[in-house]
Amino acid sequence: MAEVFVFATLNGLVTGLLLFMLASGLTLIFSMMGVLNFAHASFYMLGAYFAYTLSTYIGFWGGLLIAPLIVGGIGAAIERYGLRRVHQSGHVAELVFTFGLAFLIEEAVQFFWGRDTKNYQSPELFDFALFSLFGQEFSAYRGFMIAIACLIFAALYFILTRSRVGIIIQASISHPQTVANLGHNVPLIFMCVFGVGTALAGVAGVIAGPVLTTFPGMATVLGSIVFVVVVIGGLGSLPGALIASLLVGLLQSYAIAADVGVPELLNQFGVSFDSSHPLDDLWTLNLPQVAPVLPYLLLVLVLIFKPTGLMGNREE
Amino acid sequence: MPLIHDLYHSQSKKNRFAAQRSIKKIASLTIGAVAYTLSLTAASAQEPVRLGFMDPLSGTFASVGTSGLKALEFAADYFYNSRGGILGGRMIEIVPLDNKQSPTETQLQFRRAVSEELRIIFQGNSSAVANTLNQTIAKHNRRNAGQEVLQINYAAVDPILTNEECSFWHFRFDAHAIMKLDVLTDFIAMNDELNSIYIIGQDYSFGQVVADNTIRLLGEKRPDIEIVGNEFHPIGQVKDFTPYVTKIASSGADAVVTGNFGADMVSLARSIIDSGLTVPIYTFYAAYDGITATLGADGKDRIRLIHTDRANPLASDERREFYRAFKAKNPDSDITQSRLVNALMMVVQAMEQTQSTDPYDIAVKLEDMRFTSIAGDELWMRGEDHQLFQPLYISKHTDEGIEFDADNSGFGLFTEYEVSTEDTLTDHSCRMRRPRR
Repeated sequence: MAEVFVFATLNGLVTGLLLFMLASGLTLIFSMMGVLNFAHASFYMLGAYFAYTLSTYIGFWGGLLIAPLIVGGIGAAIERYGLRRVHQSGHVAELVFTFGLAFLIEEAVQFFWGRDTKNYQSPELFDFALFSLFGQEFSAYRGFMIAIACLIFAALYFILTRSRVGIIIQASISHPQTVANLGHNVPLIFMCVFGVGTALAGVAGVIAGPVLTTFPGMATVLGSIVFVVVVIGGLGSLPGALIASLLVGLLQSYAIAADVGVPELLNQFGVSFDSSHPLDDLWTLNLPQVAPVLPYLLLVLVLIFKPTGLMGNREE
Repeated sequence: MPLIHDLYHSQSKKNRFAAQRSIKKIASLTIGAVAYTLSLTAASAQEPVRLGFMDPLSGTFASVGTSGLKALEFAADYFYNSRGGILGGRMIEIVPLDNKQSPTETQLQFRRAVSEELRIIFQGNSSAVANTLNQTIAKHNRRNAGQEVLQINYAAVDPILTNEECSFWHFRFDAHAIMKLDVLTDFIAMNDELNSIYIIGQDYSFGQVVADNTIRLLGEKRPDIEIVGNEFHPIGQVKDFTPYVTKIASSGADAVVTGNFGADMVSLARSIIDSGLTVPIYTFYAAYDGITATLGADGKDRIRLIHTDRANPLASDERREFYRAFKAKNPDSDITQSRLVNALMMVVQAMEQTQSTDPYDIAVKLEDMRFTSIAGDELWMRGEDHQLFQPLYISKHTDEGIEFDADNSGFGLFTEYEVSTEDTLTDHSCRMRRPRR
């Protein structure tokens, strides 16, 4: 049982930190521009595909460096020439714009790279087990994923709270007019934040591509859960995004690992139903089966009891 | 034409106007009729035989659908259109219908197919979709006599389609899940080193059938093998399979059985490999469409699949030539489902024999049809339940002895075990309602 617990924790950590890389960018963009970027997971997918193509020419590390830059560049350009114009028509137009963008990117990816799964592999450098516990291996690449995510969180947190750039960004979140009056170029700041946010999603794609497989559906699989994370953590809160990511990652991982369900619960009370009962599906339900639903359940609960999210302080 | 004459000569202005209108009307009708007759004569020589292909062409499972479409289009061109067409010079046209592998979308696409007068629909991916289509077609055909639609199922393997839910308008060209599992469990039972099995699958009808029947059949053949896990995960939704693999590892299973396909298959296999587990994986769909390339050397000799196409070494030169021609035209794709070619050839043979494209005539002809495929396999379409019987094969993922690889990766499937058509015969519980003509 201990082995399952240890590995479930590690798996949850990897998933959670991966979610955080996406959620951090999303929450940053939201707190600045007040726009929920529905296409955020699509930038994650773009990161994986660019890195795959680059890795066939200049190897994995080149891809890790350049792919996020390309994705960030595309993101900044979309903000500058698309979102900024749409912004004048209000938030609904912005939402619809990013929603359409998600479809556009998915179609574009299928057009240029095809619909097959891409053979994007982790570098040979990491082809060993970081450690072996109870006969199970924890691959070095997963350790590398954890390290990168922690690095990103530290860097983001430092920049936002300790650096001059961070102060200006924080100020333009709460008082954009004042910042503009002080002579700062607020639209430029917006563009950079959007670019950095999408680049972070790109980084997530680059390092997740080899383990979670690179295929055109990868944005859809991750898209909705990232929103759940951001809302649970509190829209606009970076620490909130980290906590919520880990929470969702661990919750799912533990739920899959736990082989308990309604039958065990009923046995506790000495109740049992035969398989011909009309509600048989309900009586035989177990935790691993409902694991994918749990984050959404958590979302609903958080919205009921703390509508601003765990760490959110936005006043609507 | 006395009527026109009288009208034309009537004195009243109003009447004359009416007369002119009538003449115009008659003239335009005549021209229309002549044009229509002309177009009919032209059409009967030119009009293509249109076949619908309904499968996911976008979304998570798009790769499976598009590779099928490519293969079907190529087979139609290679075997028929480039050789003067069928039924005395008519070309075959494949019409893609993207159902996104969703039952709802399937209903919409079916309405589209009906409005475009597509009478034969090839469909394969997802038994949930096949069941929906089967019911929709049965209802449609009952209500629209003379405009029936035929379902050519080339890959959906839920047994009920040729058992409880069988229909005169449905033909299955793949072996159903229990037939395949019967062979697969025979193969597993032969391996004395296996003492425990972990079953993991997508949470829908096919996944459930695989789990239930693996347990039942292994219970009969090797009661000593312990089923140490029976897991379902949501289809197409799992980001990371590592949590499941952790459970597989800690269960101490000697082998894994899964019915997963598409991204779910490749993610599961990758997670198992990345976790350092060395257990063999018994699958249905772990090849092609990028899966073989992604598994690469890590999956060598560990991944086996049960399928209807004999893999390397190929048995016939006709099939070799067909493969080479396909590769020459589509260097980045493979023929992933030969049964699609079998289905097309048998449908065309039925059309030629009846000189008709009417679904009823084709259906009657397909019943109990015997056919030799380009691979040299003997096929038999049982008339009672519309289930095709064909040899079944178990092949492994390897790079040795591979003449035709998959995904241009050097890796491919090498056939290890073979069961003849006669040995795959199974009972059925189909009580088919036949339409009267």
